[in-house]
Amino acid sequence: MQDPEIQYRPLTPEEERRRRKRSIAIALALGAWVLLFFVLTIVKLGPQILSRPL
Amino acid sequence: MTSLTTSIGHNAPAPALSAAGGDVPDYFALLKPRVMVLVIFTALVGMVVSQGHVQPMIGAISLLAIAVGAGASGCLNMWWDADIDAVMSRTATRPIPSGRITSEEALGFGLFLSVASVVVLGLAANLLAAALLAFTIVFYAVVYSMWLKRATAQNIVIGGAAGALPPVIGQAVVTGSVGIESLILFAIIFIWTPPHFWALALIKADEYARAGIPMMPNVAGPASTRRQIVWYSLLLAPLGLAPVALGFGGLVYAVIGLVGGVGMVAFSIRVLRNREGEAERRAALGMFGFSILYLFALFSALLAEQSFGLFRPVLG
Repeated sequence: MQDPEIQYRPLTPEEERRRRKRSIAIALALGAWVLLFFVLTIVKLGPQILSRPL
Repeated sequence: MTSLTTSIGHNAPAPALSAAGGDVPDYFALLKPRVMVLVIFTALVGMVVSQGHVQPMIGAISLLAIAVGAGASGCLNMWWDADIDAVMSRTATRPIPSGRITSEEALGFGLFLSVASVVVLGLAANLLAAALLAFTIVFYAVVYSMWLKRATAQNIVIGGAAGALPPVIGQAVVTGSVGIESLILFAIIFIWTPPHFWALALIKADEYARAGIPMMPNVAGPASTRRQIVWYSLLLAPLGLAPVALGFGGLVYAVIGLVGGVGMVAFSIRVLRNREGEAERRAALGMFGFSILYLFALFSALLAEQSFGLFRPVLG
């Protein structure tokens, strides 16, 4: 339910464009975040990542 | 698709804004990219002067984390200081005072990046480096921005510690400890900061007064500020040569440190002597510009000597 105190209005085309660019940037940042942790894991643990007790 | 109309919080003036938010470059601008470059550079020098080795990928990820942490503290600084930024010509076009990003967005962005950068540095390097980065962020965002900046004319003297810490973090990444090399680099940046910023503050005294910021020229007066610029430069010139005495600065560094130190003192005396009109402005701008060149040259010399085999010991 919408707060009656807050006024809503449609996004302008410029705002739509900015939001799309932000969404793409967030997606890329998330991808980079995953890649960063993957690289970090490989570099820190190296081949030992596979030699663990089962 | 709809958007709610809102306003920016905290200290900032409150133009009606769209929650649709800013453009991607606006968020990047919140991180003070030029400061981030300086932080990467000084942290890298802190790493290369350290007696130790770090896996290159770990070093690169650590530098990235340090840079993002510095950017996060810059973002939190912009969030807190939006009201000041709005009344100063140099900062009025920043994303928050110009209305492109709301205070709330900047606060969330800064807090997220602060935590993320510290966590990544802790995982990539060690807990000491992560703790030092966390301390730097808190010191800049809370101690300097929220307290010192509006409370005392010594704001940038004490607050300069935050800008001086990246080489110490860099050494902690490599060695897991803090050594004399990075502490000397810390001291150089720390003593360099007041004459650098006060030269600018002399020119921008009216704007700082309008914003209510107690910069040294507004509190102690321009004459006292000029004398202090000379004293700090006299202290900085020999301190800049300390790496030579301690053996991690070689011949190239010694020459640059000597010439640069003399230059700093000469520019500061020029500031002291030129107290009126355009000559005063040119002297202060000259001091400001040369101080940047001096620090860049010192750290570049250390980087070149340690990284490209240019090191030739001066003593012994």
